[in-house]
Amino acid sequence: MTTYLIRRLFQSIVTLFIVSVATFGLMHLMPNGVARAMLGRNYNPQNLANLNHKLGLDKPLYVQYGHWLDRLALHFDLGYSYQRNQSVNDLMKEDLAQSIYIVGLALFFTIVLSVPLGVVQATRRNTVTDYTITTFSFIGYAIPVFFLGVVLRDLFQVQFHVIPIAKQIDSFHAAFSQPAQMILPVGTLVVSGVAGYSRYMRSSMLDEITQDYVRTAIAKGATKRRVLYGHVLRNAMIPMVTLIGLSLPTLVGGALLVEQIFNIQGIGVLTIQAATQNDFVIVLGTTMLTALVTVIGSLVADISYAALDPRVRLT
Amino acid sequence: MDEIIVESPTAGDLPPTGQMLGLEPAEKPRSMFRRGLEVFVENRLAVVAFAVLVLYFLMCFLGPLVYHGNTSHVQMDEITLPPGPSHPLGTDQNGVDELGKLMKAGQISLEIGLASGILASVIGMLYGAIAGYVGGWVDAVMMRTIDALLSIPLIFGLIYLASTQGRTKTVFILVIALTSWFSLTRLTRGDTLTIKVRDYVAACRMMGGRSPRIIFRHILPNTIGTTIVNTSLSIANSVFALSVLSYIGLGLQAPNDDWGGMFANGSSYLDQNYWWMIYPPGVSIVLIIISCNFIGDALRDAFETRLQKR
Repeated sequence: MTTYLIRRLFQSIVTLFIVSVATFGLMHLMPNGVARAMLGRNYNPQNLANLNHKLGLDKPLYVQYGHWLDRLALHFDLGYSYQRNQSVNDLMKEDLAQSIYIVGLALFFTIVLSVPLGVVQATRRNTVTDYTITTFSFIGYAIPVFFLGVVLRDLFQVQFHVIPIAKQIDSFHAAFSQPAQMILPVGTLVVSGVAGYSRYMRSSMLDEITQDYVRTAIAKGATKRRVLYGHVLRNAMIPMVTLIGLSLPTLVGGALLVEQIFNIQGIGVLTIQAATQNDFVIVLGTTMLTALVTVIGSLVADISYAALDPRVRLT
Repeated sequence: MDEIIVESPTAGDLPPTGQMLGLEPAEKPRSMFRRGLEVFVENRLAVVAFAVLVLYFLMCFLGPLVYHGNTSHVQMDEITLPPGPSHPLGTDQNGVDELGKLMKAGQISLEIGLASGILASVIGMLYGAIAGYVGGWVDAVMMRTIDALLSIPLIFGLIYLASTQGRTKTVFILVIALTSWFSLTRLTRGDTLTIKVRDYVAACRMMGGRSPRIIFRHILPNTIGTTIVNTSLSIANSVFALSVLSYIGLGLQAPNDDWGGMFANGSSYLDQNYWWMIYPPGVSIVLIIISCNFIGDALRDAFETRLQKR
């Protein structure tokens, strides 16, 4: 186990290193460079030269990369937005909590709903129930998140007034104190999440049902119920752990659109605003942060997969 | 001095072997595409999906020749009209005809979707084949790079590239293609690993065939099934990616907007209940994506050799 941990950790560090080179490289691919973008209308050659010097942009690239990595890795400093006169870390602190809240709720309900749905489909394989759920999950999977979100908003807020239209949700407190406002954004993410997860759960259950240990358990006289929930379900849950780790980027991406549709000021909307205002430092910061979360997510998923399933050979 | 004439039996003199043994002449072997097509046509859903795609292409590219709606100038006396005889899909906040706009925007969505979907497949296929064929540390570095790029959520990559590179059609094709070729790479690399150890590849190498020849003439044609399946999914993905960018306001600018842009514009009037500005472009995006997915599934049944009926 220790060797596996060390090897996997090393891999993650290599991945993060490549991500950092890629993001840093992209920043310098920007037309006319960072300083030109920051100056905006105050651009003239003298100002540009001054700012380039002040930011250390006139030094060789590898020196700049060293400084950038040093700030990022040792102080977790994602940079400073000169347009907003605020550090990216501070900007994120204001918006991160409501984003995590939405993603967390969505993930929770997705799992709670898709596990039973998958089990029902697997135990009633090729019946009307199975086909109905399959059809719905196929549609749910193919509908883009933003379309689904707008349709739900139209139905519940505009046509039937089930949920009142609220002001912008701009703090964790606002999100937490208005549970009714969370139903639609979280619901949108859950619908598209359940569509995919329940399919995986179904095939994972079907894989386990055909295993030898199931036959053994039935042979020794265990009830169907006991075999299904005591043996099959527990094993079928293991692949879901990996799936959750791997689907983090999709979830984060979906949250970005949902924030935009339902007027929630979170990390996603911060990124979109920054991108439309050419404030690339913020976009880079959020990109780096989500990449970090993704790498950690898949690392944790792999480790817990290995810990949960003793059959996985750790080499 | 007699010349010895050896009469060699010509092909015409010999009776066909099969007939000699009293067998029926063998059926001509069907090509991979012929067999694939037969499986594809059996799948009703995929045929319907294909028809939907064809109809959309006809509507968007030939429609404007027949239907002349106002798509260019502001008409203040015709703003936000609901669907009616003169405007089958109503008008928007500038009095622009929605059906005409839907066709024009559809051209952009479909063009960029197709182009970047195909480009992504070509990049993914070549990268995967090269990584798998060369192997060793080159493969390790190439695949680790993909792992790293995959850990940047797609939307963030798209937003970053789209916001820094200026917004023209070409840029969008490149940006979307560059962020969506990873999954095919993994599949092609896997296929390549199994193909490159086959005898015919060894034979080709022994006869002096060089690596490019082996990759292009022997490995890639054998992975083409995977590529075809993936291309249709990749087109769906590109249409989606473009509409996401337009929806969040980072797409092509106003007169050239795609379905995503139209949808975004319409949904900003959601509270006024101008449904005809939201649903036609939205449903178009969904239909194209679902159709491409169904076609991809049917193509998988048709072309993936492991699942193929023989």
